[in-house]
Amino acid sequence: MTALLDIRGLTTEFRVNGHWHAAIQDVNLSLAANETLAVVGESGSGKSVTALSALRLLPQAGARIARGEILFEGRDLAKLSQRQMAKVRGDEIAMIFQEPMTSLNPTMTVGDQIAEVLMIHRGMSHGAALKEARDLLDEVRVPDPGRRITEYPHQFSGGMRQRAMIAIALACRPKVLLADEPTTALDVTVQHQVLTLLDDLKRERGMGVIFITHNLGVVAQIADRVAVMYAGEIVETADCTRLFANPAHPYTEALLRAMPRVDRRADTLEPIPGSVPSITARPAGCHFAPRCGYVRPECGHHPALGPISGAGGSDHQARCILRAKAEEAAWTV
Amino acid sequence: MDGLKVEGLKKHFTIGGGFLGGKARKVRAVENVSLSVAPGSSVGLVGESGCGKSTASRTILRLEEPTAGRVTFDGIDVASASPAEMRRLRQRMQFIFQDPYASLNSRRSIRKTLEEPLKVHGIGDPAERRARAEAILSEVGLPRDAMERFPHEFSGGQRQRIGIARALVLQPDLVVADEPVSALDVSVQAQILRLLDDLREKRTLSFLFVSHDLGVIRHFCDTTCVMYLGHVVESGPTQEIMDDPAHPYTVLLRQSSPIPDPANRVDPPRIAGEIPSPANPPSGCPFHTRCPRAIAECRESMPATKEIAPGRQVACHLF
Repeated sequence: MTALLDIRGLTTEFRVNGHWHAAIQDVNLSLAANETLAVVGESGSGKSVTALSALRLLPQAGARIARGEILFEGRDLAKLSQRQMAKVRGDEIAMIFQEPMTSLNPTMTVGDQIAEVLMIHRGMSHGAALKEARDLLDEVRVPDPGRRITEYPHQFSGGMRQRAMIAIALACRPKVLLADEPTTALDVTVQHQVLTLLDDLKRERGMGVIFITHNLGVVAQIADRVAVMYAGEIVETADCTRLFANPAHPYTEALLRAMPRVDRRADTLEPIPGSVPSITARPAGCHFAPRCGYVRPECGHHPALGPISGAGGSDHQARCILRAKAEEAAWTV
Repeated sequence: MDGLKVEGLKKHFTIGGGFLGGKARKVRAVENVSLSVAPGSSVGLVGESGCGKSTASRTILRLEEPTAGRVTFDGIDVASASPAEMRRLRQRMQFIFQDPYASLNSRRSIRKTLEEPLKVHGIGDPAERRARAEAILSEVGLPRDAMERFPHEFSGGQRQRIGIARALVLQPDLVVADEPVSALDVSVQAQILRLLDDLREKRTLSFLFVSHDLGVIRHFCDTTCVMYLGHVVESGPTQEIMDDPAHPYTVLLRQSSPIPDPANRVDPPRIAGEIPSPANPPSGCPFHTRCPRAIAECRESMPATKEIAPGRQVACHLF
């Protein structure tokens, strides 16, 4: 499968008290068409920074892409000017955010906000764009779209607003959709509706979707492949079924055990001690070592992301010395 | 000692109709809530936003005046208690809030935050108050040097520990916790749940635990009440409700809750729409507009609450 979006060695730094610190470090992700890649992690793991970097939406001051390539159909987005990038954003690559109310313009009708994208990127007339907006709202299953396009965001419920956001993102038929916690602010019954919608749209249009979330339950429901992030790095990546059946990195394992489950009786949860280190205080070796139950002296060395033992033919990688594929590690260096 | 008993609790708010004009409308936030929390047990109140679970919990503690209904704690009527009685009751019923950032005073040291409730209730002399604050601080797992620090110096999980310490410093019998772990990351959430577990066991506390997360409820509560648009639609032992939900709304809620198991992807009935506004609730059963099994009767009359198994109650015409 050829990659649609290929992020290689991406390192993004933030300036804190006059020093540059890496918020994300050496992130490699590749996304194929018609694939949902979930990026999962807790707050401070760098999952949102990864998405914002890929779309070049970082603030101008105090943040920089220090290294790495963001290859989209052979072009390196990291090297484009802001003007060139603005042409790509919202057209070939689109993004939806967590809180639809803060991302929608309260003074414009929903129809105009969808139409705006088409007028800018496709040069459509207002009338034609509005007609297309109506069809898009229909496609994201908003009932009575003809009336709804004339309404303002405050007249929409939370789930409807997120559907309107999705309609804006999909207006130009993007090849890649970045969704940053799109269902976190929604109730579970509505969350399920929106997840189903995203999955249907992905299939119908053959889009690649990068789905960023902190919720492992949501990941299991929607993802084809998963990348787990911790303290600015990808610590494990595998296809979805494999990751949940055989988590390799101690962090993934611990996260699954710390999650209260609705389908299982569990008398004791196993919390992970401590908290995620801040970007100025990341340990030198394995970032998870101070909280890890299996920590050993070797963990003082920073491990690389590599194939794990017992992965068979699958592309299952983890960033852990203890789980590294010993016989291969000897000769792959 | 018969703990907390709530019968037919109602709370309506009026919106509009004031100085700025507009039609006065009634928001029926809580329509009919009955539940009881026996000493040492924990009861979960679960539902989606707008179902009235937070309003119910606040009204039970009389942070809002109830419109109708009866709330008693160990036989004392909370609504008609005199100010002096209420003050004694407040000592025994404490609240833990959702947002550990907003619910602490940023200009007050942790010592002041923890000693304040004792001062308000006139408990002990300064030395005793200090000792009690220090004891509770270590009980919730914070270091001694946290005492002189301020809320901004702590992480979300640590702040929630402070919120818990503040609620427990008065040694209450009942704690009402409104989404106490919703703002926290999974790893920290488990730490706080574990802490609440330990405290519950050590102090034989009873809990009214409000949450939208069925997983958290399953872990923490013995009994669960499911709310929809101001009504308790189903209640019973937590495990039974989670493994074999009866009310169509509980079924939907349970099936929509994501499970971390890709082999078990569920496809709940694709129902349209979201929870209606409590300012304009539907006629009959509040869930009939979204219910996949609705019959004609559901549009017309509100179903009565029936016992379908010991301790298991459902308000639905299908039962």
